[in-house]
Amino acid sequence: MVALTQDLVMTRTDTVRRSSKPTADRLFRLASLSSALLVLMVLAGIVASMIYGGLPAFQEFGFGFITSTAWDVNRDQYGAWVAIVGTLSSASIALIIGVPISLGIAIFLTQLCPAWLKRPVATTIELLAAVPSIIYGMWGLFVFAPLFAKFVQIPTSQLVEGIPFFGTVLYSRVPSGVGVLTAGIILAIMIIPFIASITRDILDQIPTILRESAYGIGCTTWEVVRHVLMPQAGVSIIGAVMLGLGRALGETMAVTFVIGNANRLSASIFDPGSTIASRIANEFNEALGLQLNALMALGCILFLVTFTVLVIARILIARVQTH
Amino acid sequence: MDAATPSNLAAPVAWGRVRRGRHVADQALKIICTVFTMLGALVLGWILMMLLVEGFSALSPAVFTQVTPGPGTQGGGIANAIVGSLILTFLGIVVATPVGVLAGTYLAEYGKGSKLAEVIRFLNDILLSAPSILIGLFVYTLMVQPMGGYSGWAGGVALAIIATPVIVRTTEDMLRIVPGSLREAGAALGAPMSTVIMSISWRAARAGMLTGILLAMARIAGETAPLLFTALNNNFWFKPNLMGGVSNLPVMIYQFALAPYQNWRELAWAGALLITLSILALSIVARMFLKKDGAR
Amino acid sequence: MKILSYAFAAGLAVASMATPAAAAEITGAGATFPFPVYAKWAEAYKKETNNSLNYQSIGSSGGIRQIRAKTVDFGATDAPLKGEELQKDGFVQFPTVMGGVVPVINIQGVETRQLKLTGEVLADIFNGKISKWSDAKIAGLNQGVKLPDATITPVYRSDGSGTTSVFTTYLSQVSESWKSGPGVGASVQWPVGQGGKGNEGVAALVKQVPNSIGYVEYAYAKQNNIPYAQLQNKNGKFVAPDDKTFQAAAANADWKSAPGFGISLTNQAGDEAWPITAPTFILVPKNPEKPEQVAEVLKFFDWVFNKGDQMAVELDYVPLPAALKQQIRDTWKAEIKGKDGQPLLRS
Repeated sequence: MVALTQDLVMTRTDTVRRSSKPTADRLFRLASLSSALLVLMVLAGIVASMIYGGLPAFQEFGFGFITSTAWDVNRDQYGAWVAIVGTLSSASIALIIGVPISLGIAIFLTQLCPAWLKRPVATTIELLAAVPSIIYGMWGLFVFAPLFAKFVQIPTSQLVEGIPFFGTVLYSRVPSGVGVLTAGIILAIMIIPFIASITRDILDQIPTILRESAYGIGCTTWEVVRHVLMPQAGVSIIGAVMLGLGRALGETMAVTFVIGNANRLSASIFDPGSTIASRIANEFNEALGLQLNALMALGCILFLVTFTVLVIARILIARVQTH
Repeated sequence: MDAATPSNLAAPVAWGRVRRGRHVADQALKIICTVFTMLGALVLGWILMMLLVEGFSALSPAVFTQVTPGPGTQGGGIANAIVGSLILTFLGIVVATPVGVLAGTYLAEYGKGSKLAEVIRFLNDILLSAPSILIGLFVYTLMVQPMGGYSGWAGGVALAIIATPVIVRTTEDMLRIVPGSLREAGAALGAPMSTVIMSISWRAARAGMLTGILLAMARIAGETAPLLFTALNNNFWFKPNLMGGVSNLPVMIYQFALAPYQNWRELAWAGALLITLSILALSIVARMFLKKDGAR
Repeated sequence: MKILSYAFAAGLAVASMATPAAAAEITGAGATFPFPVYAKWAEAYKKETNNSLNYQSIGSSGGIRQIRAKTVDFGATDAPLKGEELQKDGFVQFPTVMGGVVPVINIQGVETRQLKLTGEVLADIFNGKISKWSDAKIAGLNQGVKLPDATITPVYRSDGSGTTSVFTTYLSQVSESWKSGPGVGASVQWPVGQGGKGNEGVAALVKQVPNSIGYVEYAYAKQNNIPYAQLQNKNGKFVAPDDKTFQAAAANADWKSAPGFGISLTNQAGDEAWPITAPTFILVPKNPEKPEQVAEVLKFFDWVFNKGDQMAVELDYVPLPAALKQQIRDTWKAEIKGKDGQPLLRS
C-alpha cells in the first residue's frame, strides 16, 4: 500500500500528505507490532514464571499432586484436589444459578422491555460488573452471610436432616453463612452482567425478520424465544457462558471472603471449602519453600483450566462468526 | 425454523384450550424474566445501600485530608490511600494505554486476518480473563524481589498488565467498525499508512477508544489481589519516588474492614463507598461516550 | 486524562510536602499478633520524630520470608526462629512485647470468664475427642454452669499464623495426643472445625456461630466483646486472662535460655500465670546491606522501650521487663554491625 501511495503522490503541496518519511511510517508499524508482541511476551512470562515456580512441587509429588487431598504445611505434604474441587464446584453453582438469570435478563431487555426503560435497566445490570470484587466480598460476608445462615442454612439443615442424599449435600453442621454455596451465589451475581450483556448483543444481532415472521403467524413470546431465538443464538450463548465461567474460575477477592477457607473436602455445599485463587491469596505472603512451590503449581493448574475453557469458548463463538 | 406452532393452529381445536396452555407458558416466561431482571437491580441497590448506610456516616472532610490513624485513635482519614490509589491507577493507565492502543491498532489495521494476529488476539483474551492474582505473583517475581522491596512502580505495572488487554480489545473492536472507505480516501490522497491510521481511523474511533480506556481504568481502580504482592500498603504518606509500600484504597479496605477497631472499620466503609461511587461514575461516563458515538 | 494528571501532580505535591527529605521511612512486615500495638507505636513515633514506620501484617511466615528476601527492613514473627536458622540467615532476633492468646466461646447463657477449662480438655475439643458441651469432662469442671447438649464447633486460623504456633505449642505441652497428632506449627492439620482468616476472621466466626470455640489474641477478644474462658495453669489454679496473669507468666522466664531470646512462655509455673502467653519477635540482619535503615529500626525500638509501655498496656499487651530491655540493647550493640564493623546503634 505504501508503494502505491508513493507512486500516486505528486509534488502537490495541498494534499493531505504530510512530509512523513517512510521511516516514520515504518517506525509506527514497528511500534504497533512490538506492542502486540509485548502482550504475547507478558503472557508467556506469566506462564513461564508459574511453571518455573511450580515445577518443584510437581516433581516432588508427581501426578498425585492433582489428586491428593493433603495440605499439611508442617509435614510439607500438598495436594491440589481440595482446591480444584472447590474451584469447580463454586464455578458450577455460579453457572447453574447465573446462566438462567442472565438469559432471563437478556430476554427481558430484548423482547419484553419498553423502549424508555431499556437504557436504565441495561445500565443497572452493567453496573453490577463495575462493582469491585472486594466490595462483593464485604457485602457477601457482612450482609449476605448472616442472612443466608439464618434464613436458608438453618431451616434447610433442619429440614433435610436424616434424608439420604440431601441430608449430606444440603446439611450444614456449622451454619456460619459462608461456604461453597455462598461463594457460588456471589460468583453468580458477578458473572450475570457479562453473560447477560453478551447474550443481549447476540439476540439483538438475530435478523428481526425472523422474529417478526414468527410473531406474524401468531407465536407467543415464549415460543419465539424457544423456537426461533435460542436455536439461532444457541452456540454463541454457550460461548458467552464459557467466558463467564472463565471469570468465575479466577475470581479471588470476593471468594476469599465468603468461602470459609477450609483445607478439607466436604460433601455438603453449605460447608466451607477453598478455591485455587483463595488458597493462593490466603497463603502466598506467608509461604516458604515447598509450600510456595505448591501454590505456584496451583496457579499453573488454574491457568490450564481457564485456558481450556477459553479455547472452547473461542471455538464455539468462532463457528457462528463464519455465518 | 421450527414448525411447532402452525400445526396447533391448523387443528380445529377449541381456541380457549389451546390458547390457555400456550398463554400460561408465555406468561410464565414473562414473569420469570421480569423477576430475574428485578433481582439484578435489587442486588445492585442492596449493595449500594449497604455502602451508603455504613460509609456515609463515616464520611467527613477529614477523610480526604488526613492520614490513616492508628488503632482506636480518634480522627484520621484515608487521604494517603486515596492519593495512592489515584497515582497507581494513573500509572497503570499511562503504561497500558500506549501499549494497548498500538497493539489494538496492529490487530485491526496491519495484522487483520494473519496467523500472528489471530494468535495474539487469542492470547490477549486469555490475559483478559487471567486471574489477577497470578498477575500479581508474576510482577512480584519480576519486580519486587529484584528491586528489594514493595513499590508503587510494581503496583503500577501489575495494574497495567490487567488494563492492557481491555484496551487492546476495545481499540481493535472500535477500529474495525470504522468504514474502509474512510481509510481508502486517505490513502487515495497519498497519506502513508501511519497517517491514515492516526489521522483517520483513530479520530473516527476515538470515542470508542476513550470508552475502552475509561473502562480499563474502572477495572483496575478496584483491583486488590495484584496490589497485595506489589504495592502492599502504607500507613502513612508514601515516598514521592514510590519506593516502599504505597497506600491504596483496596488493600486498606481489606485490612481495615476486618479489624477489631471501630475507627478502622468505619474508615474501611468510607473507602469502600468512595471507590465504588468513583468506579460507577467512571463506568457511566464511559458508556455515555460510547452511546454518543454509537448513535451513528 | 487531564483531571488525572492534575490529581497526580497534586498528589505528588502533597506527598512531598508531607515527607520532608530528612524524615526516615522504615518498612516492616510480619505477624498479625502485634499489629495493633506496632501501628499505635508507629503513629506516636511519627508525631514525635517525623519518621515513619510502615508495618504490614502479612503473617509471621510472611515476615520471615520478606526479611530473608530483603524486601523489608525488619521482619516480625510470633514464632521465634531457632538458633541454627538465625545463624544461617544472619539475623538478630529480639522480643518487643508480649500478649496472651485466649479461648473465646459462644455458648448461650455462659458469661465471660465463667467457663473453666483445662489444657487437656481444650486439646481434646480441638482434636474432636470431646464433641459436645455437655460432655462429662467439661461438666465436671463447671459445676453449677448450665451447658447445652450441643455439638462444639472449633474455630481455627485458616492462614499460617504465629497465634496458631503459640496455641499449638501450648496444646502439645499439655496433651500427648495433640503432640503426636496435629503437632505444633503456624498451620496444622485441624481434625475438626472451621477456619477463619486472621484473628479477626476467627473472632467474627465465633461471634456468629452458636456453640463455637476459637482462639484469638487477647486484644481481639476484648475489643469485640467476645466471652472467653478460664484456663487451668501449670500450678493447677484456674486463671482468667488479663495483664496481671500475662505478666506473671513472664516473671520467671529465663530469657537467655534460647538463642535470640526465643523462649516460649506457654505453660509457665506460677499461681497467677496465664498458660498461653507469648512474646513476639523482630528479626533484623546482623550485617545489613542498608545499615542506615536498620539503624532507624533500632532507634524506633529503643524509643518503644523507653516510651511505649503505656500504649501497649492500653491495647492489652504486656511490655517487657526492664532488665530484659537492657539485655536486648546490649545484644544490639554486640551483634549488629554496620559496614565499618562498628555497632550500628551507639547509645
